[in-house]
Amino acid sequence: MPVYFLEIIVVALGLVLLMVDAFAKLEDKRSLARLGILGLVVVFCLLFFVKAPESTEGVLWRFYAAPDKLSLFFKGLAVLSTLVVLLMAIDYTPVVLAQTARPEPGAHPQAGLGEFFALPLFACAGLMWMASANHLVSIFVSLETVSITFYILVAYMRRNVGSLEAGVKYLILGALSTGFLVYGFAWLFGATRSMELPAIAEALAAPGLDATTALFAFALILVAMAFKLGAAPFHLWIPDVYQGAPTPVTAFLSVGSKAAAAIVTLRLFSPFLGSPALADKVVAVLVAVAILTLVFGNLAALPQKNFKRLLAYSSIGHSGFLLMALASAPKDAGSMTPSTAIAFYLGAYLLMTLLAFLVIVALRPVIEGEEIDAYRGLARRSPFLAFALLVSMASLAGIPLTAGFFGKLFAFKMALDAGHWTLLAVGIVAAAAGFYYYLKIAVSMYFSDPPKSADGVAIEVGLLDKAVMALLIGLILVAGVAPGVVVGLFA
Amino acid sequence: MSPLEILVLLPLLAALAAGLGAPARPTAIGAAAVVLVIALGLAVNFRTSIEGLVWQFESSRTLLDMPGFPKLSLAFGLDGISLVLVLLSALVLLSAVLLAPAESAIRGSSRLYYASLLLIGGGAIGAFASTDLFFLYAFHELALIPTFLMIGIFGHGENRVRTAWTITIFLGVGSLVLLVGLILAVSALGAGTFEISELLAAAANSAIDPAVQGWIFLLLLVGFGILVSLFPFHSWAAPAYAEAPAPVAMLHAGVLKKFGLYGLVRIALPLAPAGAEKWLNLVLVLLLGNILYIGLVTIAQKKLDRMLGYSSVMHMGYAFLGIAAANVVGVSGAVLLMFAHGLSIALLFGLAGWMRDRYGELDFDRFGGLAKPLPRLGLLFGFAAFASVGLPGFANFAAEVAIFFGAFAGDEAGMTWIRWATVGALWGVVISAVYMLRAYRHLFMGALPGKLEPGGDLPWSARIPLLLLLGGLLAAGFAPELLNQYIRPAVNGLFLVGAG
Repeated sequence: MPVYFLEIIVVALGLVLLMVDAFAKLEDKRSLARLGILGLVVVFCLLFFVKAPESTEGVLWRFYAAPDKLSLFFKGLAVLSTLVVLLMAIDYTPVVLAQTARPEPGAHPQAGLGEFFALPLFACAGLMWMASANHLVSIFVSLETVSITFYILVAYMRRNVGSLEAGVKYLILGALSTGFLVYGFAWLFGATRSMELPAIAEALAAPGLDATTALFAFALILVAMAFKLGAAPFHLWIPDVYQGAPTPVTAFLSVGSKAAAAIVTLRLFSPFLGSPALADKVVAVLVAVAILTLVFGNLAALPQKNFKRLLAYSSIGHSGFLLMALASAPKDAGSMTPSTAIAFYLGAYLLMTLLAFLVIVALRPVIEGEEIDAYRGLARRSPFLAFALLVSMASLAGIPLTAGFFGKLFAFKMALDAGHWTLLAVGIVAAAAGFYYYLKIAVSMYFSDPPKSADGVAIEVGLLDKAVMALLIGLILVAGVAPGVVVGLFA
Repeated sequence: MSPLEILVLLPLLAALAAGLGAPARPTAIGAAAVVLVIALGLAVNFRTSIEGLVWQFESSRTLLDMPGFPKLSLAFGLDGISLVLVLLSALVLLSAVLLAPAESAIRGSSRLYYASLLLIGGGAIGAFASTDLFFLYAFHELALIPTFLMIGIFGHGENRVRTAWTITIFLGVGSLVLLVGLILAVSALGAGTFEISELLAAAANSAIDPAVQGWIFLLLLVGFGILVSLFPFHSWAAPAYAEAPAPVAMLHAGVLKKFGLYGLVRIALPLAPAGAEKWLNLVLVLLLGNILYIGLVTIAQKKLDRMLGYSSVMHMGYAFLGIAAANVVGVSGAVLLMFAHGLSIALLFGLAGWMRDRYGELDFDRFGGLAKPLPRLGLLFGFAAFASVGLPGFANFAAEVAIFFGAFAGDEAGMTWIRWATVGALWGVVISAVYMLRAYRHLFMGALPGKLEPGGDLPWSARIPLLLLLGGLLAAGFAPELLNQYIRPAVNGLFLVGAG
C-alpha cells in the first residue's frame, strides 16, 4: 500500500465521523470516539504494510518524502497519541458538555460534542503528513493543518473562561509564529533558490553561499519552531494554554504537537547543521536556546501547585533535552545522530506523558481542578492509579529502567561527544531539579494521608482505561530495559 | 535461562506476583528460600581454580547495539567477589522476609510491603550479579526506590516522611554523581560497550589519561561514598535506619549499602588506579572520620536503633581502609568485611526491631536486666555485639585483621600515611568495644526497671532467621577459607587486570 494512503484514510475517517454525527441520530455521541479509535487501530496496523514506492519521480514526491523507518515511526506516534487522546476524550465528555453551550429545548443533549471527537483525527492526519513533508510548502501546510485544529480544540469549552483565555493566547501567538515561519521560508528560498529540502541542503553546503541571508532565515525559523516546541524564550504561552485547555487536548498538544515540532525542526535544521559555513553559528545559538530552555523549564516547575501547569513546565524542560540532542549533531559518521536521540526521546515522552494525562482524566470525576494537593494519599485510595502515576513520574524524572532514562542518556551522550560542557552541566542540574519535582508528587501520593474531602469517595476506573494504562506502563518498562527494541523501529 | 538469571529474576517476579494479589508473605518467603538454595548451589558449583576476571554462570542478551553508543546487554555472571555478595544478599533477604510482620499486623498495604522487600533484595542481587555496567547501576536504583517508599510509608516516628525525603535526596544526588562518573569513564575509555570485563581490559591496555582518571575517581568516590555513608556524607544513614522498618534496615544496611563498596572495588579501583593513588590521602582522612569521629558519635547515642545506625556508618571506615590499601590482602579483607558486617548488622537490626515491636522506643535508660527473663535474646544479642566488635571466631575478626595487615603492608620503609591511618583506625576497635558493651550492659545487665514488662523470650519464628544470620557469621569466622577460596582468586584477578 502506498504510504500516502494512510493520511487519506485518516482524513476520510474524520469526515465519516462528521457525517455520522450530522445524519445518523446517535443516542450517545461517544460512539463516534469509539468508531474513531477503531479506525485508528486499523490505520496503526496498516503502518506495517507500507510499501516503498517504485519510483520517486513525479510531482507528488517533490512534496512528500519516500517512506523510511523514521517517518513511519513518527506516523505511528501520531496515530498512537490520537488514539489515546480519543480514549481520554470519552472519559472527559461530561466536563466538555458542562462547559459548552446549553442545548436548546428539543435539541440533542450532546449537541456540539461530535466535533470534539472528529477534530483530533484531522490533526492526526496533519501530524502524519508532517513526518513525510520534504518541501517548504508541504511542511507549512501540514503544520497549519495541525495548528488550526488545535486553535479550535484548545478553546472548545466555550463556557469556560480558562479555556477561552487559553484559546485566544494560543491563537494570537501561534499566528505570530506562523508569520515568522513564512518570512523565514522566504529568506531561505532567497538564499538557496529552492523549496525542496534536499536541494536546500545542497545549496547550504555549497561554497559561495550568502551566509548572512541564510542565517537570517535560520533566525526567523528558529523563532517559529521554538514557539511550537515550547523552547525559551518563546515558551510563555505553554503554562496558560496547558492549564486552560480541556485535558485531553492538553495531552494531545504536549505529545502530538511537540513531536511534530521536533521532527520539523530536525528536518529544517539538519541542512543548516550540515553546512560548513553555518554549522558553528547555528550550533552556538541552539546550545544557548537549549540552556535557557533547560534552566527555565526545570526551575520554574519547582514551585508549581497545579498538576497540569507542572506538566507544562516539564514539557518545556523536555524540549530542552530535545534541543540538547539537536545541538550536538556529530560531524563524523559512525556517531549517534540527533534523529535517533530525538525519535527515542519523543517515543518515551509520548508514553510517559500520555500515562500521566490518562491518570489525570481518570481522576477528574473525584479531583476537581488538578491541584497537586488533591493527589495526597492517592496510593491508599487507588493503588493502581498511584502506581501508574509513579511509573510515569519516574520515567519523566529519568530513573533507570524506565524509557525516560535512555531518552536523557542519549541526549547527554551526544552532548558529551560534541564537547558541550556547559550544556552538559546545566543538563545535569536540570535533571536533578526534575528528580525533585516529579518525586514530590510520588511522595505526596504515597506518604501523606488522603484529604478529608476524599472520605468515602470511591475512585472507579474503566476496564479499557486500565488496560491502556497497563500497556503504557509495560511499554515504558520495556523501553527502559531493552531500548534496542524501540531503536529498531526507526533506525 | 541460566540459573543465575533465574536467581535475579525470581525475587522480581515474586514482587510482581505479590503486587498483583498473590498471598504476599508466603510468596515472599518461598521466593527468598528458593533464592538462597540457588545461591548456595551456585557457590558449590563455583570453580575456584580460575584466576583472573572470568565470569562464571555467564549469560548475556544484547539489548541495544547501535553506532555511536556503547553496546548494552542484560548480562549476568559471577566472580568470587560478587558470589560472596550474592550469598550475603540471599541470606539477609530470607531472614528479613521471615522477620517481617505478619500480613495482618501491617498497617497499610501488605502487598506493597512484601513486594518492596523483594524488590530491594532482588535489586541488590541483580546489581551484584550484573556484568553490564548499566544494569549494575540500574538494579541498585531499582532497589533504592522501594527503600524510600518503605521508610516513608511504614517507618515509625513522627519524622518518617522527612527522613524518607532526606535519604531520597542524599542517595538521589549520590546516584546522579555516580552516573556522571560512570558515563565519563565509559566515554573516556571509548570501548563501545558497557560490559565490565571488556571495560577493565580496555583500561588495562591503554589507561585513561591520569588527569581524567583523577576526575573520574573523585566522582566515583563521592557517588559511591554517599551510598556507603562515607564521612562527611553520612548524615542520612543513622536516622534512616532508626526509623525504617526493621527488615528494610536489615536489607539496606546489610546488603544494599555494600553496593557502594562493591562499586569501588569492581569499577573505580581497576578503572582509575592513578586516580585512586592521587586521592589516597583524602580517602584516608575521610575514613578516619568514619572510624574515629563517627565512632565517638556512636558512643554518645542514647537509643539503641540510632546507635546501631551510627555503628554501621563507622564500620564502613574499615572497608574503605582495606580498599585504600589497594593490595590483595587488604581488598580481600574488605570484601570479607562486607559479608561479615552485612550479617552482623542485619542480626542487630533484626533484634532491635523485635525489641521495638515489643517495648516501643529503644532509649537505653528505659531498659536493664533483660538477660535474666529473656536469656535467648540476651545470648543472641551478645553474639551479635561481639561479632560487631570483631571478636575472634566471627567473620568480622578475620576481615578486620586482613584489612589491618593489608593496610600496614608495603615495601616502603618508615611510616607512610596509610600506616599512620591504620594506627588510628586500630583505635576504632576499642571504640566499638566501648559502645557495644555499654549497650549490652544497658539492656541486659543490672536490675530490671519496675515499669518494664519483659514478656516471653524470642519465639522460634524470630529465632530461626536470626540463627541463620549467626550461623553464617560463625561459619565464616571459624573457617574464613570458606569464603576466601572465592574471594582470593577474584581479587588476584583484579590486580592482574589493573597491572596490565
